[in-house]
Amino acid sequence: MTDARTAILGRLRAGGGEGPLPSLDTAVMERRQWPPAERVARLRRGMEAVHTEFLDATPADWPAVVRAFCDREALPNLLFGPTSEAGAALAAAWPAGGTQLLPYDRPVEAFKAELFTTVAAGFTGTVGGVAETGGLLLMPGPAEPRLLSLVPPIHLALLRASTLQDSLWHAVKALGWGRSLPPNALLISGPSKTADIEQTLAYGVHGPKRLIVVLVNDLA
Amino acid sequence: MHAEREILFRESAAAALLDPQLRANFRRAMDGLISKRQAQFPDPRDLQELRDLSTAIRSRSLLRLPELLEQLEASCTKNGIQVHWAETCEQANELILGLLQARGAKTLVKGKSMVSEEMHLNAFMEAHGIEAIESDLGEYIIQLDGETPSHIIMPAIHKNKDQIARQFSQKIKDAKYTEDVDELTAMARKVLRQKFLDADAGLSGVNFAVAETGTLCLVENEGNGRMSTHVPPLHIAVMGLEKVVADLESVAPLYAILTRSATGQAVSTYFNLITGPRGADEKDGPREVHLVILDNGRSRIYADPELRATLRCIRCGACMNHCPVYTRVGGHAYEAVYPGPIGKILTPQMEGVGIRHDLVHGSSLCGACGEVCPVEIPIPEILVRLRREATHSDPSSSVAGKGTGRLASEDWTWRLWAAVLKRPALYRLATWFATRLGGALPAGAPLLRDWTRTRTKPVPARRSLSERMRAEGGSHD
Repeated sequence: MTDARTAILGRLRAGGGEGPLPSLDTAVMERRQWPPAERVARLRRGMEAVHTEFLDATPADWPAVVRAFCDREALPNLLFGPTSEAGAALAAAWPAGGTQLLPYDRPVEAFKAELFTTVAAGFTGTVGGVAETGGLLLMPGPAEPRLLSLVPPIHLALLRASTLQDSLWHAVKALGWGRSLPPNALLISGPSKTADIEQTLAYGVHGPKRLIVVLVNDLA
Repeated sequence: MHAEREILFRESAAAALLDPQLRANFRRAMDGLISKRQAQFPDPRDLQELRDLSTAIRSRSLLRLPELLEQLEASCTKNGIQVHWAETCEQANELILGLLQARGAKTLVKGKSMVSEEMHLNAFMEAHGIEAIESDLGEYIIQLDGETPSHIIMPAIHKNKDQIARQFSQKIKDAKYTEDVDELTAMARKVLRQKFLDADAGLSGVNFAVAETGTLCLVENEGNGRMSTHVPPLHIAVMGLEKVVADLESVAPLYAILTRSATGQAVSTYFNLITGPRGADEKDGPREVHLVILDNGRSRIYADPELRATLRCIRCGACMNHCPVYTRVGGHAYEAVYPGPIGKILTPQMEGVGIRHDLVHGSSLCGACGEVCPVEIPIPEILVRLRREATHSDPSSSVAGKGTGRLASEDWTWRLWAAVLKRPALYRLATWFATRLGGALPAGAPLLRDWTRTRTKPVPARRSLSERMRAEGGSHD
């Protein structure tokens, strides 16, 4: 379709965008800032309002907190990325028996049907959180595949309080996303939801029915 | 997809007004959306600053449009996203069909995309033996009934729970009748999860395309967008050419104002940034990602500096939520892909201002749409401009179908009027007849009936003002 390309760009150039570019006053984005402890409270408030659940943990005990949750919910298994930092730490601390840790260590084609039917929960790390609105920042990739946080009915996500950003605007700058991005990056603010039937909120429409944030308090 | 006949909004609107269930469904939904949006903007100063910033970002994108599209293409290509261009919907459909057929794809699972509605993609694919399945819950609901969206954000907003309950029990295999929203949602989840698993390809729209990084941004709550774009081996994204933005920093304010304006949410459940297909070491994600950039009349809109503002639109739907006309007649009465105020300015520019001239008149010009628009599109001003375009053929105008909405009867009326006003004797005679006999004209008389269709018949005074002034000793000085 080179012809279409040439024709479209030709018409746009002939149509002409002339005149100076309007300036950008970003003060309204800049001033959304909070001290670290308040960031945590805001994130929690925002995410709890859309049915996200929180588990409090410390840098030392978070694997045990994850395990206790799995035991309490009697989860048969938990899918995780064995080569990610969080995944490796989880596996190292995982007691035998009970909830089985399933490594996501092969192409999805090898177990797609199983992923959709028998996997009970998925565990991922995060690269940060967004205080203003509530939300987790994830960069799926080879260590933590994309579907880990999407297909299993429960998504457990590890969030360190020190990694919270004020807003998405600040996060884009802090994480350098504006310059280069991996094939997939995303923000998640709660479990999957819809209001398409009579404006009534319903959770768990396509993605996870529950989102559990394991919040590690690592603020000094 | 140009309409061939003149479509009269006044007729479909009149029919819609007679449906009390429809009016109740829309009234409830719109009232809810208005108050939710309002709650998200507690500080008028913040709102205005955010609107100004968003407007500036979109204006800058449009001023640099050809350059940014080329940059987007280069960045995407570098990332492994294959870029295609289509001048028309027909071209875009053919292009996508070609991609699917070359890979033997038989099923296409879709995330919500208004551009694909514009293309009537589902019907086209079906005609070529490819099953296109809508996976957004609202889109799924209307697809079951063979309907089109009645709102750009909430496509099934015209239906209530009872209607959907009946529909599911009839159309979904083994479904029992329930009015419980959670149970209805669970039924759709079950059906659609299997579709995601089995689909040969996924299709999505694009909320923002980032030129600098070659990133496609998708805003959604349900997760069906992520499912459609990450589970099947092939992902095809379609976008209108105006969707490009210079950089990711510019996307943050637009995203902030989009979700708040649309559904009164500070943030959506998912904000998904797609910058490439499955990487070398990745274990999932599509093997191929394609981006189709569609024109379909947009470059023509772009050529007019005033009308170009139409292309700033970020498709939040706030203009329809706040429109007194839309709230009363619903989305289907517009008989257009894009209903409501934005549809009233977009549809005539895409399909021809002559055949769709009724749309630009279907407004009270109350100004609510312009006031809530997050990117300050002057919708009322553009409506007035298009009313003129419909009846005038200015040689410098680039508007589709300009001048073709001119009515012969209106033309004759004005000529007669001018002739009478230029001749004092004729004017006095006409005034004498109008005052003495005007009241006797039946309401259904030619010309008069256009006025009396929605108004009571005016009864002229027995004597004209100048007659009275003469009689009472007044003077024209």
